Amino acid sequence: MLRLELTDISKSYPAVKANDRVCLRVKPGEIHAVLGENGAGKSTLMKMIYGAVRPDEGTMRWNGQPVEIRNPQEARALGISMVFQHFSLFDTLTAAENVWLGLDRSQGLAQVTRRIAEVAGSYGLEVDPQRPVHTLSVGERQRVEIVRALMTSPRLLILDEPTSVLTPQAVETLFVTLRQLAAEGCSILYISHKLDEIRALCHHCTVLRGGRVTGEVDPTQETNASLSRLMIGAEPPQLQHQQARLGDVALSVRGLALPRLDQFGMDLHDVSFDVRCGEIVGIAGVSGNGQQELMAALSGEDARAEAESIRLFDRPIGRQSPRRRRAQGLHFVPEERLGRGAVPTLSLAQNTLLTRTAAVSGRGWVRTREVAALAQRLIERFQVKAAGPQAPARSLSGGNLQKFIVGREIDAAPRLLVISQPTWGVDVGAAAQIRAELLKLRDAGGAVLVVSEELDELFEVCDRLLVIAQGRVSPPIPTAQASVEQIGEWMSGLWAKRGAAFHQEGRHAEA
Amino acid sequence: MLKLEARPAPSRWMSVASPLLALAITVLIGVALFLLLGKDPLRGLQVFFFEPLKSAYALSELAVKATPLLLIALGLAVCFRSNVWNIGAEGQFVIGAIAASGVAMLAEPGTGRWIVVPILLAGVAGGMAWAGVVALLRDRFNANEILVSLMLVYVADQALNYLVYGPWKDPNGYNFPQTITFLPATQVPRLVSGLRANIGLVIALLAVAGFWAFLFRTYAGFQLQVGGLAPAAARYAGFSSRRALWTALLGSGGMAGLAGALEAAGPLGQLTPHVPAGYGFAAIIVAFVGRLHPVGIVFSAILMSMFYIGGELAQSRLGLPKSLTGVFQGLLLFTLLACDTLIHYRVRWQRAQAVATSVTPTAATPAATAPSTSSEGPA
Repeated sequence: MLRLELTDISKSYPAVKANDRVCLRVKPGEIHAVLGENGAGKSTLMKMIYGAVRPDEGTMRWNGQPVEIRNPQEARALGISMVFQHFSLFDTLTAAENVWLGLDRSQGLAQVTRRIAEVAGSYGLEVDPQRPVHTLSVGERQRVEIVRALMTSPRLLILDEPTSVLTPQAVETLFVTLRQLAAEGCSILYISHKLDEIRALCHHCTVLRGGRVTGEVDPTQETNASLSRLMIGAEPPQLQHQQARLGDVALSVRGLALPRLDQFGMDLHDVSFDVRCGEIVGIAGVSGNGQQELMAALSGEDARAEAESIRLFDRPIGRQSPRRRRAQGLHFVPEERLGRGAVPTLSLAQNTLLTRTAAVSGRGWVRTREVAALAQRLIERFQVKAAGPQAPARSLSGGNLQKFIVGREIDAAPRLLVISQPTWGVDVGAAAQIRAELLKLRDAGGAVLVVSEELDELFEVCDRLLVIAQGRVSPPIPTAQASVEQIGEWMSGLWAKRGAAFHQEGRHAEA
Repeated sequence: MLKLEARPAPSRWMSVASPLLALAITVLIGVALFLLLGKDPLRGLQVFFFEPLKSAYALSELAVKATPLLLIALGLAVCFRSNVWNIGAEGQFVIGAIAASGVAMLAEPGTGRWIVVPILLAGVAGGMAWAGVVALLRDRFNANEILVSLMLVYVADQALNYLVYGPWKDPNGYNFPQTITFLPATQVPRLVSGLRANIGLVIALLAVAGFWAFLFRTYAGFQLQVGGLAPAAARYAGFSSRRALWTALLGSGGMAGLAGALEAAGPLGQLTPHVPAGYGFAAIIVAFVGRLHPVGIVFSAILMSMFYIGGELAQSRLGLPKSLTGVFQGLLLFTLLACDTLIHYRVRWQRAQAVATSVTPTAATPAATAPSTSSEGPA
């Protein structure tokens, strides 16, 4: 008997058909991957199983019985638990209190705390129930979420992109837990677009593309290429990687230290590194280790840094505004597209004005025709799918808006491009295109600094890698000499004592 | 069952239709209100929607009331678009009137008509200074501009009272709390002799064009609006939020001050404790009903002016309380906000779904707080 069987499930939203006659069969104790690009309909499907969204059509069977799940409470009553990609924990409460909040009132906090220790112990999930959530690393928070999901002894556990926030070592630990759960008979729906993980972990794989099932395969028998074909209908283009021709030092950060701005931020300590023309430097790290703060200091959104601690082509810029920095060739692509990189309600044309002011006359008049022409050029050059220059930014899909924003900055021919999470939530095709543009910029002699949580991406495009952990930055390592294991270790803050030597070197160089 | 369904994109058509629909609903509720008060609804509607338009004199009176509303609302639209919540335009209006009167009272019998220019400029400066206090406190001490600007309205009212009851009281005014009547030279020039409408109307219409250009054709206007729509994007672009704050407040304060000057040196011709007529507050409604768009504000200012005049007529002709004006203003804003839902959502009829074989939660684990990322679905 199947644990869960979905037949011909459809769900439409005003603009899109999110799921079109989707079938899904999950056996007891099976780790079942749901693979698809962003926008393929994975999340909608999971929300329907979890009762957060109702299907328009189709039937759902649970252990052979037809069911209609009207809300998440009913889903949990059946034995379905879900761990969301974005955590929903209260920062100021302890792990135990957070778990307790989600449970039946009949149990006391002490009782729940004991149960957490039991559950955590039996699955090798290290969680200290007494610690406030804001002191936990992202990996630890995820463990709290998983423990919370396991407290009700689910028969089906849904995990949405669980590894996007984990170091490679933590991913291995998670897999051990999941395999143990499956061995005990709990079915697992594992949503991901990471092919290696699916092949390593899952027994079965349903592939979605454009809301439809395009394949049901045994991932252990497939290659990345064949899975990728099912997922995007084509293989992603291979990137051309040339040897970098190094030029001048574009960005030089020396002893940058910044206290956090908000309570749950991260202090930056003694950050030092260089980026030279003609190279792409990557910063790896688990999110929340100071990336945001470093980016704000580099972009000028946070202009509290000491002027001399950040130099752009040997001029101190630590205290300059983003506009002054941009005028000197530093362009920045932020992690959040809507609301930071672009104003959601304004048109694409108007959004070019955020960072491109060629169409503004000396007296401050905006030449609207030129603005629209620039937007049109960006749309064409970067193959952005949009209704036109007047389309509001929020009408674009994430990938297309990202192409537009990255395009806007690359088209400005920056001398230094700082880019945060270049392909976050972007489909495979657009991601390949964005990476290719970064390489092109580098080959044309530009300097590029990429911050990403996706190690694969960094290994693919970068010439040198740095790791950020706990607000400190590791010494650089050429990508060719780096291994995933080593970078993974560094992501926990454990780089060799070379660090001290490097900083002295830096100071000598400065002197 | 009625169901609200999100539109894929906001409806342009509805954003125009929504104010009209809101007006229609306001009229309907108005009719019901007249019936409840035992008045002939037709007569009531006539008083509000026909009488203010029926003659040159009526139109001139309409313009007299619409001009300050238009001027103030233009400034407020810029403010609100920049996410700066100046709701103290009434106070800036009063201080503008006081400053203008101060200059007007300097006029001597031989003074030329040029005095009108410094009078109006003084009004602008007064309004700017009063709004500048708000900007300063916000900028320097992060004081909430909503509270500060509102409280300063009452300070302005008291300042006005102090002057008209004290140092500026007309010595020959039989102890009435009012200043001297300003000399004719200080009078804002009228458009047509015999009608009260003055060049303030022309200034207001020019301001409409000016504000339109500022908002939609200048980089400074763009920066202000980005600051209001997406503060993080403004920071990313490097637009100064302080500059936006000062520009928005000084701009709107200046416009309110100008309206105050035109009022003091125009229809009033002297200062009395009745200078604050609520234009500054009504202009908030005007700005929103006009979609914070300079052209839309022209229409909403006319409409609100009709409510003012209609309210006065309803008092004299139908014996209804004057507060009916406020009721209509409130109704219009209220229905507009409700109708605006239709810009982002559409209403659909849907047959109540038969509750199929639903699950009865057997296990007693109605865990409550687990968050769902979707707001859809009946809870």
